[in-house]
Amino acid sequence: MTTQIGNDLLLALPEIVLALAALSLLLTGTFFGRAKAGSLLWICVVAIAFAALYIVFTFSTREIAFNGLFVVEPFGNFMKLLVLLGAGLAMVLSYDFMQRERMALFEFPVLLLLATLGMVLMVSSNDLISLYMGLELQSLALYVVAAIRRDSLKSSEAGLKYFVLGALSSGMLLYGASMIYGFAGTTSFNGLGQVFTQMSAMGEMPELGLIVGLVFLLAGLCFKISAVPFHMWTPDVYEGAPTAVTAFFAAAPKVAAFALLMRVLLDPFIGLLVQWQQIIVAVSILSMVLGAFAAIGQANIKRLMAYSSIGHVGYALVGLAAGTEDAAVSVMVYLAIYLVMTLGTFACILTMRRDGRLVEGIDDLRGLFSTQPMLAVALSILMFSLAGIPPLAGFIAKLYVFEAAVRAGLYTLTVIGVLSSAVAAFYYLRIVKLMWFDEAGSPLDKKMPREVGLVIATTSLAMVVLVAIPDPLTSGAAAAAASLFGK
Amino acid sequence: MTWPVLSIVTFLPLVGAFLILSIRGEEATVARNARNVALWTSTFTFLLSLFIWFGFERGTADFQFVDEAVWLPELGLVYKLGVDGISMPLVLLSTLLTPICVLASWESVKHRVKEYMIAFLVLETLMVGTFSALDIILFYIFFEAVLIPMFLIIGVWGGPRRVYSAFKFFLYTLAGSLLMLVAVLTIFFYMGTSDIPTLMEQADMPGSMQVWLWLAFFAAFAVKMPMWPVHTWLPDAHVEAPTAGSVILAGVLLKMGGYGFLRFSVPMMPQGTEFFIPLVFFLSVVAVIYTSLVALAQQDMKKLIAYSSVAHMGFVTLGIFVLNQQGIEGAVFQMLSHGVVSAALFLCVGVIYDRLHTREIERYEGLANNMPAYALVFMVFMLASVGLPGTSGFVGEFLVIVGAFQASSWIALLAATGMVLGAAYMLFLYRRIIFGALTKPDLKRLLDMNWRERAIFAPLIALVLWMGIYPASFLAIIGSSVEVLVERYHTALLQTEAPSLLALLGG
Repeated sequence: MTTQIGNDLLLALPEIVLALAALSLLLTGTFFGRAKAGSLLWICVVAIAFAALYIVFTFSTREIAFNGLFVVEPFGNFMKLLVLLGAGLAMVLSYDFMQRERMALFEFPVLLLLATLGMVLMVSSNDLISLYMGLELQSLALYVVAAIRRDSLKSSEAGLKYFVLGALSSGMLLYGASMIYGFAGTTSFNGLGQVFTQMSAMGEMPELGLIVGLVFLLAGLCFKISAVPFHMWTPDVYEGAPTAVTAFFAAAPKVAAFALLMRVLLDPFIGLLVQWQQIIVAVSILSMVLGAFAAIGQANIKRLMAYSSIGHVGYALVGLAAGTEDAAVSVMVYLAIYLVMTLGTFACILTMRRDGRLVEGIDDLRGLFSTQPMLAVALSILMFSLAGIPPLAGFIAKLYVFEAAVRAGLYTLTVIGVLSSAVAAFYYLRIVKLMWFDEAGSPLDKKMPREVGLVIATTSLAMVVLVAIPDPLTSGAAAAAASLFGK
Repeated sequence: MTWPVLSIVTFLPLVGAFLILSIRGEEATVARNARNVALWTSTFTFLLSLFIWFGFERGTADFQFVDEAVWLPELGLVYKLGVDGISMPLVLLSTLLTPICVLASWESVKHRVKEYMIAFLVLETLMVGTFSALDIILFYIFFEAVLIPMFLIIGVWGGPRRVYSAFKFFLYTLAGSLLMLVAVLTIFFYMGTSDIPTLMEQADMPGSMQVWLWLAFFAAFAVKMPMWPVHTWLPDAHVEAPTAGSVILAGVLLKMGGYGFLRFSVPMMPQGTEFFIPLVFFLSVVAVIYTSLVALAQQDMKKLIAYSSVAHMGFVTLGIFVLNQQGIEGAVFQMLSHGVVSAALFLCVGVIYDRLHTREIERYEGLANNMPAYALVFMVFMLASVGLPGTSGFVGEFLVIVGAFQASSWIALLAATGMVLGAAYMLFLYRRIIFGALTKPDLKRLLDMNWRERAIFAPLIALVLWMGIYPASFLAIIGSSVEVLVERYHTALLQTEAPSLLALLGG
């Protein structure tokens, strides 16, 4: 038995390292106070890097631990790597922000680390109970982070909104989970999978209660990935939260929630494909269309990125709707590329300062090309990539999801998808236009923290070279998808 | 021959762009170095591309100079380039026009020279890539990526309404080509391969599916071409783009539409093509007559030439869809001829625009008096555009009309009317600018063309006359590919089931 426990603990080593780091930093933080908040942040980054490295070296492990509550396989590892990358980069970006914006609280890095831990746990969950546990650990930490600037009305408002709506969605998810348990008699994903296989073997239709439960579960998860019609919180929270926090929100939690959605729908609930496919198709169309049209009128770049993220979730759902192994690959490739694009964009937004103060208006970018050409080029690459113009990475992402959808025969969905991406191209182009075509107003500050500059450079370069060197990403996603489908 | 000459020609300009990117220093030095690097890179690329011209084996329809490599194995995509008789001359056209564009912008572009030259070199890579891609998805990537540099060229270095025009250009073409993406993915999924030569040979998709696919491809190519009624972005884009931008736009980018029809719509979707022939005929005839009439009424030189481009492209679509040897050969020849002639006409406008900074026809008169060399050059290209025998314009239009006669004499008659109207608006333009008395004082001070400008026009004049006097050297290249295309088209029509209206509406 001891070896069993030892083995289980070893499988969960990345999570354990993150948890221990968070707890010990909480302790040391109270001793040193806010003076050392910056160093604490770097320690968090190191912990995340360690966890990521451990996962890279044990990528192909496939085992189930803790009595079936916890699963380690390439799919989870791939998604965990994305989550850790997103969280780590967002933390790096927030270092300078923290110092300058009176946010040097030691709680901030610790909370981010706890949220990351929650996300990683979520990705590895193999049971409705452990799913909920990871989700709540993540959400509670993020509610606090959104409102971390207590003296700012906007930030507090954002935190409160996020909390109220998030609690509602958790409630729905829990309600759905309890319905599923009631009708299927098990909370474990393996058990659920068996129930559905038996059903289809006997030729029975799934019971209505089970489907209602699934709908509630989906509603809760759609809230977390901010898909329409559960998106209302996104623009307000993106705009209200401090920019470094928004950068964190935009990347890792979305990927983690998506991982959950994929694990639930493609593993145990694949037997109910017909039922959930229509929901996902509808949600996907609504998200793409709303993301495309609502962003056109935005003047605040964070708000614009919120609508853009809603649209991108829609595209990723296009891939998921296909419900095949190709679909899983396409969603993973999409999420990976989206994560990098969006973090690069937020890195650019973080550099937008005038006379030392942050500005967030799209118009503030006017004439950026004449004052800071390199930054303008990088941001333009990211914008074209977000718009999905070849040969940039954003196009490869769209190529994968639309290809999966066409293979599954979802032509209407694909056509709506491409048309809404033509509409969406308009507002990305508008940003390029402001930077290149217009004359500069009062210029933005040129000084940029070194780590932020590095993130901008690597992310925009990655957009360009991915088309030539797609291999580690695409083959990793293929291996991960194969493991999700039990191959 | 084992060295990958086609890949080198495709990506060499990109190397030049990186070199320019790394230039640092004072603004004037940077601008001078950027110009030089761009000129040398594009000239060297052109010289290299001559290897393709001379090494190309005439009398076969096979793809030559094929380069192949694994690219995205998970999706089953490969990197594959190659040219046949239809695409090879278009590749040469792209490599020829780029150094000319660089020379033409030598003095007229004064700010952000470095970025300007990078944009043109990147554009060259993408143009050559579009014409030589032999993987359908690779083609799409090149085809669509052209939008980025062109958007910036119009928007940054264009005229007063550049922002509106750049957006219109970008969004119009993007919406069209995204529908094509769905069709491309469908073909890839249905046929299980993205290899263009294989797809051209098989062409056995069900008839009703071909109709939908054809429409999706049509959306992309008709906008790019552009065909009436989706041509409205072209006059705007031309008027606002800088001279060299117009040259590339008219000279090469418009040819992507015609090339697309020949490479995808006709060989891969023969049933779809057959189904829509009447539609294309109608749109082409309207384009030829209506836009010629519109051109007659223009006050802006660039707008007039832009509308004449739409009319000439109407000939091209007509020639392609009569689907016989003469028609398609004529269409390809017309594309090449128009590529040279319209590019030269925009350069002609650029010459006087650089001097007076207006394109309004009213502002000019009697330039023959103090700019005789210019009057001569302009005359050659004006007559080539009209289609005077002995110039390149004649051969293309003549072949198209001969082809059209075999399909329907009415269509040939209507198309010929367009030629008459074409003569009318071009001669009218020439009379107003070049002839008459020279009374305006600012016009009297204009200097004739300098050496740089003469050097730009010399190769173009030679080419126009060569194509007009001895077209055989071009038709020898185009001929066999067209022959196989027509032959395969007619056999494929017999082998696959025709689309039924019932199936279309039902599915």
